[in-house]
Amino acid sequence: MNKIFEVPLYPYTKSPDQDAATPVRHPVMVVGAGPVGLGVAIDLAQQGVPVVVVDDNDKVSFGSRAICFAKRTIEIADRLGLGQPLVEKGVVWNLGKVFFDDRKVYDFNLLPEDGHRRPAFINLQQYYFEDYLVARVREIQSEGAPIELRGGNKVQSVTDQGDHVRLEIDTPDGPYTVEADYLIACDGANSPIRRMMGLDFVGRVFEDNFLIADVIMEADFPTERWFWFDPPFNPGQSALLHKQPDGVWRIDLQLGWDIDKEEEKKPEKVIPRLKQMLGDEVEFSLEWVSIYTFQCRRMEKFRHGRIVFAGDSAHQVSPFGARGANSGLQDADNLGWKLKMVLDGTAPETLLDTYDAERIHGADENIMNSSRSTDFITPKSQQSRIFRNAVLDLSEHFEFARPFVNSGRLSVPCVYDGSPLNSADALPGGPLRTRPGAPCPDAPLGNGFLLERLGGQFALLTVDADAPETVEIDGMTLHRIALSASEDGTGALAERYLGDAASAVYLIRPDQHVAARWTAFDADAVATALSRALGKEAAA
Amino acid sequence: MSELTLSPNIAGADDFYAELLAVHEGLTKDESDALNARLILILANHVGDRDVLRAALAAAQRSGGQGDE
Ligand SMILES: Cc1cc2nc3c(=O)[nH]c(=O)nc-3n(C[C@H](O)[C@H](O)[C@H](O)COP(=O)(O)OP(=O)(O)OC[C@H]3O[C@@H](n4cnc5c(N)ncnc54)[C@H](O)[C@@H]3O)c2cc1C
Repeated sequence: MNKIFEVPLYPYTKSPDQDAATPVRHPVMVVGAGPVGLGVAIDLAQQGVPVVVVDDNDKVSFGSRAICFAKRTIEIADRLGLGQPLVEKGVVWNLGKVFFDDRKVYDFNLLPEDGHRRPAFINLQQYYFEDYLVARVREIQSEGAPIELRGGNKVQSVTDQGDHVRLEIDTPDGPYTVEADYLIACDGANSPIRRMMGLDFVGRVFEDNFLIADVIMEADFPTERWFWFDPPFNPGQSALLHKQPDGVWRIDLQLGWDIDKEEEKKPEKVIPRLKQMLGDEVEFSLEWVSIYTFQCRRMEKFRHGRIVFAGDSAHQVSPFGARGANSGLQDADNLGWKLKMVLDGTAPETLLDTYDAERIHGADENIMNSSRSTDFITPKSQQSRIFRNAVLDLSEHFEFARPFVNSGRLSVPCVYDGSPLNSADALPGGPLRTRPGAPCPDAPLGNGFLLERLGGQFALLTVDADAPETVEIDGMTLHRIALSASEDGTGALAERYLGDAASAVYLIRPDQHVAARWTAFDADAVATALSRALGKEAAA
Repeated sequence: MSELTLSPNIAGADDFYAELLAVHEGLTKDESDALNARLILILANHVGDRDVLRAALAAAQRSGGQGDE
């Protein structure tokens, strides 16, 4: 068994809070040190907001769990300061094969678009991701960032007191009470906080079970994603084989609904199944086995007064398309800057409601996509099975049918169309992909890349347009990032940010989404758009 | 953008109809269902235009059985 599961990363130590005569008040507390809780905590601490993270555990999560991290997640990780280790450790893949019944129907190359610093996605065990997040917490701590990580701290109750939240926390030294101006609940799919507050979590339960196994193989299997529909070794069901770092392979086998979970997890049951799949001659050992039942559901609202839910506690999707961890990191990305600005008084508290609006939009998109994949993989009616099989049969012979094959759509970031923070598009001929609400796509700039120039502040990006180097608005300073299409010989910058326009000015949010865009700089228009992006103006 | 054609458009309608039945000859119900599904997908891809496809779905939906047209 991999040692990384065993090592306490943030073992319990007693905090002075536990001996305080009156409860200590923190600006922000985060419950849950999973990828989402750690992500949002790092984001806040890097902006100087003091944050305390509590978790009843003290280790990385057990087993690989999420293994596919999309480009957008790596870009967010870059901003958090841990993109590089992720990419260095992760496996990049572009090739895949699709099997139906006993034959391969086609193979594909994802042919990722050029001109991005980061790959379309990487495969990496969730425990590495968490390990790097904790390492990053330690690093910024040593640089003086106000972040604290408390293991062995189990939240027993939370109460919203109107202007703050009160938490009762249990520890090996007994319970203590602590307070927070804001609480971010990143306590996972079974969120105890959600339950304590009696909040809904509704959606669709898929009556299906998946056996998830991490196996270590001696054989030199290619770095490809293999997906089987209805294979001889798992009739009527599906299977997936995908590579992770360290010679570990992820195998997902659909089991159906009426099974004995404890029985199916036993090695004497799992190993023969895997032998059927991999062939008798392949040597392998089992690292981790789990049975996963999934649901597609979300809370009706993610923000409840001073308690904000993020990640799996707020929404859950099927594993197809790797949207769990990826969408949770987008929650963190969306919430971090808003909370910072509200705490600073730079923005009204209602800015937090736009977290709700934007991330519910994101969750619904993810739930829709992952439900569609699930319906393709496990057809729910006779007619949907007929069409599914027709698509697979056709895909063997005709390219046109391949886009219908849905074994999980790659997680792509959500465009916040219709967000109250957007200003109307004022760049005629501008590319659709950089319209207000869209996340900025990367682009090469001579010897660097665009996204690393954007940073994590509001910014004014100009492409072949004049503007002052800094703009003062309401006590905020906007810095200009001046670019010219000629800096990028590949033409990607022009294609992604100009389209048919000759010049462009973009107002970019701290989470690198476009707030507004114009052909030329206009101080009043920028001021209005900024005020709107801070939630100060109602939608026009 | 073109419109869904709902007026006669196939020269030799009888011949085409016979060809359509002929490909189903000797097939089981399951095989025929599968063939129909493949045919629908091939034709839909040929049409391509989402507006036309939507109009075709609607036309098929409202002209079924009950004589509500
Ligand atoms: C078996 C399995 C397989 C998965 N496979 C995939 C996959 O292939 N692809 C994918 O994208 N996603 C997958 N997921 C989902 C993915 O792991 C989650 O989306 C991701 O971990 C969500 O992160 P999170 O930070 O929101 O919550 P979590 O990672 O669940 O973290 C929640 C944290 O809250 C802590 N906590 C809970 N209650 C309390 C309390 N009362 N007090 C203090 N702390 C508390 C827990 O200890 C935990 O550390 C899988 C999940 C499982 C379980």
